[in-house]
Amino acid sequence: MSDKALSGLKVIEYGQFYSAAYCAKLMGDLGAEVIKVEPPEGDESRRHGPFPDDIPHPEKSGLFLYLNANKLGITLNVRNAKGRQMLLDLLKRSDVFVENNPPKVMAELGLDYPSLSRLSPSLIVTSITPYGQTGPYRDWKGYDINSSGLGGISYGVGDPQREPLNLPVSQSHVQGAVHAASATMVALLARQATGKGQHVDVAEANVWAAFHGGQGVYSYVFEGRVRKRSGHRTPGFYPYTILPCKDGYVSMIAGRGHQWKRFLELVGGGEVPEWYSRDPRFRDRLEMSWKYANELDSLLAPWLMKHTKKEIFNLCQERRIPFTPVNTIEEVVNEPHLNDRGFFVEINHPGAGRFKYPGPPYRLSETPWRVERPAPLLGEHNEEIYCKRLGYSREELIRLRGAGII
Amino acid sequence: MQYPLRDYRVLDFGWVIAGPLLGQVLADMGAEVIKVETRKHLDEMRQSPLNTSRDPEKDPVFHTTNRNKLGVTVDMSHPEGRLLLKEMVKTCDVVAENFSPRVMKEHGLNYESLRRIKPDLIMVSLPAAGSYGPLSHIVTYGPTVSSLAGLDSMVGYYGERVLGSQGFYADMTSAIHAAFAVLSALYYRNNTGLGQHIEVPQWEAAACCIGEAIMEYTINGRIIGPRGNRHPTMAPHGNYPCKGEDKWVSIAVKTEEEWSAFCNAVGNPPWTSEERFADAASRLSNVAELDEYVAQWTRNHTHYEAAEILQRAGVAAAPVLDVGERYLDPHFQERQIYADFEHPAIGKDIIAGLSWKLSATPGGIRSPAPLLGQHNDYVFGEILGLPQKEIQRLMEEKVIY
Repeated sequence: MSDKALSGLKVIEYGQFYSAAYCAKLMGDLGAEVIKVEPPEGDESRRHGPFPDDIPHPEKSGLFLYLNANKLGITLNVRNAKGRQMLLDLLKRSDVFVENNPPKVMAELGLDYPSLSRLSPSLIVTSITPYGQTGPYRDWKGYDINSSGLGGISYGVGDPQREPLNLPVSQSHVQGAVHAASATMVALLARQATGKGQHVDVAEANVWAAFHGGQGVYSYVFEGRVRKRSGHRTPGFYPYTILPCKDGYVSMIAGRGHQWKRFLELVGGGEVPEWYSRDPRFRDRLEMSWKYANELDSLLAPWLMKHTKKEIFNLCQERRIPFTPVNTIEEVVNEPHLNDRGFFVEINHPGAGRFKYPGPPYRLSETPWRVERPAPLLGEHNEEIYCKRLGYSREELIRLRGAGII
Repeated sequence: MQYPLRDYRVLDFGWVIAGPLLGQVLADMGAEVIKVETRKHLDEMRQSPLNTSRDPEKDPVFHTTNRNKLGVTVDMSHPEGRLLLKEMVKTCDVVAENFSPRVMKEHGLNYESLRRIKPDLIMVSLPAAGSYGPLSHIVTYGPTVSSLAGLDSMVGYYGERVLGSQGFYADMTSAIHAAFAVLSALYYRNNTGLGQHIEVPQWEAAACCIGEAIMEYTINGRIIGPRGNRHPTMAPHGNYPCKGEDKWVSIAVKTEEEWSAFCNAVGNPPWTSEERFADAASRLSNVAELDEYVAQWTRNHTHYEAAEILQRAGVAAAPVLDVGERYLDPHFQERQIYADFEHPAIGKDIIAGLSWKLSATPGGIRSPAPLLGQHNDYVFGEILGLPQKEIQRLMEEKVIY
């Protein structure tokens, strides 16, 4: 019996850059067979990097390598009629089609859901776009920062007097992808009962606005409250903040009074320092948060600046105070905890070499997450898929290549 | 079929954010999700900072993350409470929890114990740092997990101090990663009859979201720090000021075609033809000056106007919306991303809608978040078949509490 959760599942991915690729990767990592269909010039992420020594090379983009491990790769010009027919032939033999193209383009190519459903009623078509398949902005153009702008996540990040900040390294695409993978699994479970496929419409802006940002809507409608940006802290109670220390930053949230008291005792060398206990303004942590936060930041600074984040982390955790370091990316990659757990995986790619990659987001006891193959070279599996699966001869393959179709 | 997961039952020990959100996703799709609570330790989200009444039945955050669920109250520190919970586990397909790793074990409710009474059980745990490893014991809050995972170290203005993401990103992203894993495990169970345990460490789920930055370090040894809205290959790329107080429009230009569309849309002022902005590489090296010029144009328009002008020209742009604008936005209204209905404790309630649209089996919001213990009678009486007198006794002895 296979120990792959998604064993036997056939997925075709046809998209650009991040969201469709990460969605299909999540399925490939649990054992689905993913065929990535790239245009002859290759996926956008092949041109994105990071590249070793910053020298662009289509087989060496770190982002492409990360997003596309565990996949077979073919090239196909879907804008050509013959190419399009070849894609349809593949889709007829598949369970899931993941794409992130503009709805208009899919319709122009005859790859809209109604057409695909006529071709194969059991096919699940998963579309990930910035704004979705319906609504007045469906045909708007969008990149990651536009999804997070409309979706509202950016509005809350950054300094209140300055521009809102987009979360780093494509989080709109990440969220679109993981939600799409989950929704696709729901559709697959439904298909186990009904035998029918369906269209899965995931809009990144929708995911931000509802899943990440829906909790505050009640307070707006009934209490007129709008959560604004608040820099390095979150309003509510003090401390709920990120502060500098000797060698970086620490993240300090004390949800409960006893946690804060234990921290003050740590700062005061056993007792709550007098500058705190004697000051009548420092009684109510809610009031402290909106009135005296700057002053408290400076009062804590001398102690914080004397200690490294590691020291603060250890001293706090020994006392069950839930403060943590703000790890740099270097510290994350070298973190003994993550390395002891085997979080990072080394993958040797024939074009790029051996690098450390982020590993499993989850551990399944019976059906492990596994990397079985590195990301495909451009068109690496053309022969395997076109000849062995679709029955083309090598001569035909050469002709198709000559005609710019593969 | 509106509710594709209607044949599945979930016992949801989730509390605060990550666990309840996972249950929310399954409940929206029709699973019968039974939320286990106790009056002894209220879910903190019954008294979140957004709950101005402090009444645990009136918390808007709780109402959003626990809609569509049934609610029971059981004290799991009571031996009889644990027996009751185990009886419930026998009737469930999935058990979900996000306590510290030791809690379920201490109460004899870890996977090893539960699989003995329910061999094909799928159990999912969302600890902060995992159940093993040198830091498995640490105490955290959701936002501090974003700090551990490296995300926060990249949030700040270009070259300035770290501000951090200031939100529950790690909770949210681990919840949806967990949903995918649970649904995949159900798919596998339906094919093979086998259950399993799934661990979703929030730290690791969050670290998977910043793969590009991790690869930048493992490939080139380069540490990405705060870089504001700057992008490695796109310029202009940012949130630019607009007419009105605290209004912004997001703009991103990737190709040369988009650049010339942008120049046309803003009326081709002289700066757009300067050599230092002629191609992407030049724009990236002069990005501070470029951003100032772009802002000169955006300041003359509202954020919606700016987005519409640019979109008409073929440039990616969208207004940056606050919560009120999202609620009123015509696109979001048409997509029904918020839902309103009656809640027994507060009357008219407004909560988040669904993340996605499924054409054939959409799921939906069919009931408000449960009051404390609202479904004790149904769950213990009808599902477990306990006589009313026995339920009464368990309540008096504060097992059901």
